[in-house]
Amino acid sequence: MIRFENVSKLFKRNPVLDSVSLDIELGERIALIGSNGAGKTTLIRCLLGEYTHDGKVTIDGQSPRSERTSVLGKVGFVPQLPPPLKMPVGQLVNFAAAVCHSDPLRIHDIATRLGLNVSDILARPFNRLSGGMKQKLLIAIALGRDTQVLVMDEPAANLDPEARHIFFNLLAERLENTTMIISSHRLDEVASLVNRVVEMDMGKVVLDDRVAEESKLATLFNCHLTLARADAAIAKTLITWQFADRRDGIEWHGLVSGPDRLRFLGMVSRYVGLLSRIEMAEIDPSITLQ
Amino acid sequence: MNTLFLTAKLDIVESLRARWFLIYSLVFGGIVALLFAFGLTESRVLGFIGLSRLLVTYIQLTMAILPVFVLITTVRSVAGDREAGVFEYLLSLPVSLSAWFWGKIIGRYVTIFMPVFVAMLGSVIWSLIQGVEVPWGMFFYYTALLAAMAWCFLGIGMLISTLARSTDVAQGAAFMVWLTMLLFLDLILLGIMIQGHVAPEVAVGIALANPLQVFRTAALAMFDPQLIVLGPSAYVILDLFGAAGYQIYALIYPVLIGSLCAVAGYLTFRRSDLP
Repeated sequence: MIRFENVSKLFKRNPVLDSVSLDIELGERIALIGSNGAGKTTLIRCLLGEYTHDGKVTIDGQSPRSERTSVLGKVGFVPQLPPPLKMPVGQLVNFAAAVCHSDPLRIHDIATRLGLNVSDILARPFNRLSGGMKQKLLIAIALGRDTQVLVMDEPAANLDPEARHIFFNLLAERLENTTMIISSHRLDEVASLVNRVVEMDMGKVVLDDRVAEESKLATLFNCHLTLARADAAIAKTLITWQFADRRDGIEWHGLVSGPDRLRFLGMVSRYVGLLSRIEMAEIDPSITLQ
Repeated sequence: MNTLFLTAKLDIVESLRARWFLIYSLVFGGIVALLFAFGLTESRVLGFIGLSRLLVTYIQLTMAILPVFVLITTVRSVAGDREAGVFEYLLSLPVSLSAWFWGKIIGRYVTIFMPVFVAMLGSVIWSLIQGVEVPWGMFFYYTALLAAMAWCFLGIGMLISTLARSTDVAQGAAFMVWLTMLLFLDLILLGIMIQGHVAPEVAVGIALANPLQVFRTAALAMFDPQLIVLGPSAYVILDLFGAAGYQIYALIYPVLIGSLCAVAGYLTFRRSDLP
């Protein structure tokens, strides 16, 4: 479906992409990882037809540069940094829906599911929204239309745990007929979302590996933590994960999305000295967070 | 076609919200208001009185202000959006590059031309209400001249904007272009001719190639058809074009310059990295 053939890109004679070749099939979910300057963003921009380059990039045999409207009509994109648009939210939604031949109400619906009521902020300039609101709106615009490819750069970075869970559910609804490319600096951020990992370094693909899919995107885990003593720092962090204090800051309980497990455990590992017991058990995925 | 107008609308709304547009509108609206307030319609210069006098002064002031305003604000268009990271997102949407570029030009043209025109139209409406005679021929020609001038500098601005990789460079280049045109106005050319013994044909040729001078001469020709104030160069111009011919040249040439620059800007934009 997506093919990169010997794609190279120079910036002021410095190679940023060096003969990258990749084949990505429909339904694959790729984690595009690598450190800063590895070439992830450049590769994504080549895929979106935004950069000129050597070699060939095609989506369904079409070039995203020369056949922009046809190709980009199939691609939803969520950037890492929200653009500093001054236009009102309503205008952005209407513009995106009009050029993508979608219905603004579909975008409103997705945003509502993510916890953002677009009707309340229609007149507000996009750049005046909070980081989380911007991210939710950009996700809603990308998912509020028919796409075959989703390109997302750290898409859940600014989302709270509840919105992250809903976001994973939204992705789970599209697993069969959508190819996803999720860019991140860290594999643990996206590991549970993907079934293939592509690592880049110095403009080259240095790792291309499949990942066993043991957890569904919509899975939820019941989680209990017991601490050796109450601690303000971990309490503050657990509250952001929407955990409930069951006994004087010692016993904590909450729900963690399947794809967020690794991230959650990474957070908990920072307080390992305080931890006396941890228990995680998978529950019915149809249960939604309250 | 739909995306072209959607992009134009997007640019118009962005411009209407921008501070530069507010200042720009206030400047031209303010000029007309001040000209009325100072009773310019009552003064007589070179036999001109009433609205003709006001329009003559207005077009002279506009010619001094509009080019630099248009250049400085337009060059921010492509270079500014690219620098701010707007392109990475908006050009990931299925919009053709031609619809995007020309849509931005149309939107920007509307926002730069309308305040200048509305200010002039306002003075005409006020004169009609006051029962002052309106010189319609002058009004329509000056409108066409302003439209051509706006298009010319918009095209030049868009070309600079696509060539420059940063807003600072774009603004610096725009200012240099404006300054160069300013330096080659007739008075300075005259000085060069005297100092450097340049052939008169060369000096007149430069004057005819400089859009700023073309507008200035055309505006002068409306109230001084013999171009007496221009001195000897007027003979060459009138010999070459005739009075009516020059008025037509002053409209077609800048439009051509603006269009060529806009097309060159589009071709550069289409072939370059977008973000």
